[in-house]
Amino acid sequence: MNMKLLKLLNKNARYTLSELSSMLGITENEVKAEIEFLEKEGYIRAYKTVIDWEKFDDTSVSALIELKVTPKSGLGFEEVAQRVMRYNEVETVYLMSGGYDLCVIVKGKTFQQVAMFVAKELSTIDSVISTSTHFVLRRYKELDVCLYGGKNDDRGIYSL
Amino acid sequence: MINYNDILNNTIKDVKPSGIRKFFDIAESIEGVISLGVGEPDFPTPWNVRSAGIRSLEKGKTRYTSNKGLEDLRKEISRYMQRKYSISYNPADEILITVGGSEAIDMCIRSVVNPGDEVIIPQPSYVCYEPIVKLAGGVPVIIETKAENEFKLTPEELKEKITDKTKALILPYPCNPTGAIMEKKDLEKIAEILKNTNILIISDEIYSELTFSESKHISIAAIDGMKERTVVINGFSKSFSMTGWRLGFACGPKEILTQIIKIHQYAIMCAPTVSQYAAIEALKNCDDAVQEMLEEYDSRRRLIVKGFNDLGLTCREPKGAFYAFPCIKSTGMTSEEFCEKLLLSKNVALVPGTAFGLGGEGYVRASYCYSVEHINKALSRIAEFLNEIR
Repeated sequence: MNMKLLKLLNKNARYTLSELSSMLGITENEVKAEIEFLEKEGYIRAYKTVIDWEKFDDTSVSALIELKVTPKSGLGFEEVAQRVMRYNEVETVYLMSGGYDLCVIVKGKTFQQVAMFVAKELSTIDSVISTSTHFVLRRYKELDVCLYGGKNDDRGIYSL
Repeated sequence: MINYNDILNNTIKDVKPSGIRKFFDIAESIEGVISLGVGEPDFPTPWNVRSAGIRSLEKGKTRYTSNKGLEDLRKEISRYMQRKYSISYNPADEILITVGGSEAIDMCIRSVVNPGDEVIIPQPSYVCYEPIVKLAGGVPVIIETKAENEFKLTPEELKEKITDKTKALILPYPCNPTGAIMEKKDLEKIAEILKNTNILIISDEIYSELTFSESKHISIAAIDGMKERTVVINGFSKSFSMTGWRLGFACGPKEILTQIIKIHQYAIMCAPTVSQYAAIEALKNCDDAVQEMLEEYDSRRRLIVKGFNDLGLTCREPKGAFYAFPCIKSTGMTSEEFCEKLLLSKNVALVPGTAFGLGGEGYVRASYCYSVEHINKALSRIAEFLNEIR
């Protein structure tokens, strides 16, 4: 498997076949076949964009919800995780070590909407013992991308 | 009226400013220039290294260090040289911390050259060796390395230039601007010639970590019998993206270092203390960061080499450093003409090969310490330029 290809795509999913082919030193057809393989086998799940929503007057909000749950015997956390995943509002679900069990990132149009979703949906699931909601106030860095501060090349021209 | 001409030293008056500067100065005066000129990594210094520097300031580590540099840093360098290049140096008297590799080069040349001594310099190469040799009263003897030899120094060329007056050989590999490296077998041939002589090798290995061959960098000091006749110069600027910290080092026989230290002591005192603390962290905990940068440079290197070749400007694969050195002879222009016209008509800044001495005519240096997007933009402007002149 071509880890270098994955690393490049992870950096910029929009590199063209021709760019990838020169950077990896393999033919465009090989790149294409490799990508098709990675997609087909589910190594590559999706290509998405990192958007700075703050640039728009977008008022939508995200929150990180800590869920404490009682694991089901034989199923562990699978069942409740599967259930939580199904909601469209839920963007991310992680099983965590430490003080709580599931980390759920929820998005919504308003604080109110997210809060109500947690109250009405997540906290009413049988095995959920407690929830704790933390709203995201600003995104500084997401998926390796800095969303805050410039990314200007500040090198001078002083080298010899 | 004071007569400055009388006051100034004759040798320094004759030394020309770096040919790179001239293009940068023009480039700076033009709006919207896309430069592939800078010989400086675009990555910031890894955060753990910056943080170590900050911590040292917080703790008030703001005094002079020993002239040689912090003992802990010299010990780390000793481990590093062993771990990376299998050479063992005693931190007590075979390692000196300097202000960038540049200071080490200057002092090393000054410590060995008597007036009239010859110093062999392969070119095209970094711009500082020739003027420094002249300032030391020495005579630079230039070997023009050839594209057909992949810009390596060949034993035949070396043999031909050795005389009774030869004092030292500068070995600038991995090479700025050609990207050439010397492999083990190449170094062994050079070693064979030098082993029974009284010639010192000044091996400028500042780009050692930026070697793209499978075999990795090999220092000539690691070749049998060469350590005693070699001063290895390296530093933190390129490998660890620490250009502004101004930190380098020299490793070599204590008989030579003892003399070099006197220059350093009287001229500089010691390398910047904050940089020395940061460098300890760099050597201890940056292998992954260095590897990450290397992989990134490697992708860009392939991209730019293919880019130039696709444009019909023959470009060998550079095996080290972070420069491509394409041949522009097919345009019928000189390097200077090419760079000047390209800069004025398409606002792309490259450096003419002639800035790096003999053998540079017909070539231009393009640094690939730039983002893929930036490199692509520069290449497409160069393509437009070539279309217009062909």
